[in-house]
Amino acid sequence: MTRLRDSLGRIAAIARKELVHLRRDRLTGGMVLGVPLMMTLLFGYAINQDVRHLRAAVADLSGTQASRWLVADAQATQVIDVVAATRSVQELERMLVAGQISVGIAIPADFERRRAAGDRPSAQLLVDGADPVVLSAVHALVSLPGERRFAPPLAAALEPPPVFELRAYYNPERRSPVHIVPALCGVILTLTLVLFTAVAIVRERERGNLELLITTPVQTPELMVGKIAPYVAIGYAQMTLILLLGRVLFDVPIAGNLAVLYLAAGAFVAAALTLGLLISTVAQTQFQAFQMAFVTFLPQILLSGFMFPFDGMPRAAQWLAEVLPLTHFLRIVRGIVLRGATLGDVSGDVRALLIFFAASFGLAVLRFRKRLD
Amino acid sequence: MTEELAIRTRGLTRRFGKTTAVDGVDLEIPRRAIYGFLGPNGSGKSTTIRMLCGLLTPSAGSATVLGLEVPRDAEPLRRKIGYMTQRFSLYEDLSVDENLAFMAEIYSLPRAAARARIEQLLGDFHLRELRGQRSGTLSGGERQRLALAAATLHKPELLFLDEPTSAVDPQSRRDFWETLYRLVEHGTTILVSTHFMDEAERCHGLAILDRGRVVASGAPERLMRDIDASVVEIEGAEAHAARAVLERLPAVKSVAQLGARLHALVDRSLADPAAALAHALERAHVAGRVSLARASLEDVFVAATQHVPAEHAA
Repeated sequence: MTRLRDSLGRIAAIARKELVHLRRDRLTGGMVLGVPLMMTLLFGYAINQDVRHLRAAVADLSGTQASRWLVADAQATQVIDVVAATRSVQELERMLVAGQISVGIAIPADFERRRAAGDRPSAQLLVDGADPVVLSAVHALVSLPGERRFAPPLAAALEPPPVFELRAYYNPERRSPVHIVPALCGVILTLTLVLFTAVAIVRERERGNLELLITTPVQTPELMVGKIAPYVAIGYAQMTLILLLGRVLFDVPIAGNLAVLYLAAGAFVAAALTLGLLISTVAQTQFQAFQMAFVTFLPQILLSGFMFPFDGMPRAAQWLAEVLPLTHFLRIVRGIVLRGATLGDVSGDVRALLIFFAASFGLAVLRFRKRLD
Repeated sequence: MTEELAIRTRGLTRRFGKTTAVDGVDLEIPRRAIYGFLGPNGSGKSTTIRMLCGLLTPSAGSATVLGLEVPRDAEPLRRKIGYMTQRFSLYEDLSVDENLAFMAEIYSLPRAAARARIEQLLGDFHLRELRGQRSGTLSGGERQRLALAAATLHKPELLFLDEPTSAVDPQSRRDFWETLYRLVEHGTTILVSTHFMDEAERCHGLAILDRGRVVASGAPERLMRDIDASVVEIEGAEAHAARAVLERLPAVKSVAQLGARLHALVDRSLADPAAALAHALERAHVAGRVSLARASLEDVFVAATQHVPAEHAA
């Protein structure tokens, strides 16, 4: 009984001390809420897979009423903004190479005749295909119903009905922030939490505090729990801030139960923090800890399903992604926030996070020695 | 039987790769006394202390500290010892009060007792006016007082002090030693490492370390009395010239300058060392008063540490 009380007392002492460090270290303290605020604003507005307003130039060699209508139709989709008109296709290519435009519209001199014959495309789109997102956005222009103004009733009558009718669930307006903001929660928590604990033990080693601390009765698991505990609260505060910003600024609805989300998020926060702690027991200097933390960031951001759909990745990459905490949290947070998933729906991912937490914690405790040799 | 001894080591050895930092050290350190490790940097003082605290695993040999085997029983030992590291190791962004409160919680002192103990220490170590100040902004002497207060917070039976006075002015050093004597009166055993002769002389017992070995040990007075050399003092001589003459004599083991005087350590087998040295100086036309002198601790240190290279040369 006394032993448990002493043990909890030591954990509380370390946790309290961590909070004092954080309060005295203005920059790191500012990071706690500053980073989520900045990143949510930045990425909420900036990350937009719904591509619009690509810079375009037109080389209209036919100069007819029909060709002007075509350009006007293309402009009306908002996919492109026509910023220049040129006299030749060569000039379009030059502007494309120079990066002045992303799309070039080339309308040949015999545009009217080609359109009447209808046996080959009447005009050409020159696209900077280096960016797949741009390319797929411009694809929408290819099927532009250019004939509409000429014989609308006939064109509609001849067109066969599509095989599929598309119904988008959960985000019918296809607004990117709805998809991005919940995922940003996971990304931002990963970036900040892993770093917080990655430097936690290394910093004490570098400053010489550890030599004293390991000569005291404090036990390794107590030290580890004491180091993690304050950041769990910080992780929750960050998540709350991001969801709040998403709600207020980007109108991201929360379909599911918030209590379930906070419960499941606890497993993710713990997993991210122990990953940092594990780094802290391996690294010898704070610089090494930073580098190692960054090594874990890139695969998490690229493979977790944040950047690209998980299902499209090769098998091996999917296996690797299953080990990363962010992958599971993205499923949880998107499931609960966007689709209204229940705890039962996300229990597999919560279990995966708990296993990750237990394994890293055990490894960190094993790796840490109350010795200098 | 071991109850009278605070520390006992047999053949304690620590190697780092190819270098041997501590080489077969045998120690018997009694309780309720100040025991000193005297030696230059790199002589193995810190490494020995760290092995005795259970922070480093010995490569060979054994150590019993307060009746506990280290490193096996390092955990139960931790409640009974205090350790003041060579480098200030409390938290610089925490205040004096916060550092002491943190250590009190780590040692599980009951809240009320901890409060009272901290107040007492703040008074004893003249830290009361500094209690709200961050420890990173304290002077060398103030930091050292805080570190000692933190190390004695839980009233350890045994206190390890690793070069505690390196960054401290002479007045603070004197006060510091007064505090150590007070602690010993209350039953604490203190092991302190130093490279200052005057500090070493204040210890009840002493081990002189050189390149990881104990080259001499015992009470300072006894070491000075039993020095394995005659000490000849030369006053009023031109130091450089006199030194050149004396160092050529085969019986002279070493010559050290102490202010305006020279101390020569001469082989005991030489019957009348003062006369022999006076004669040699006279022949070389170097003036100076030559007399037999009482050995200082510095002489003991020089004699003890000279021993090793002499063996190597042979």
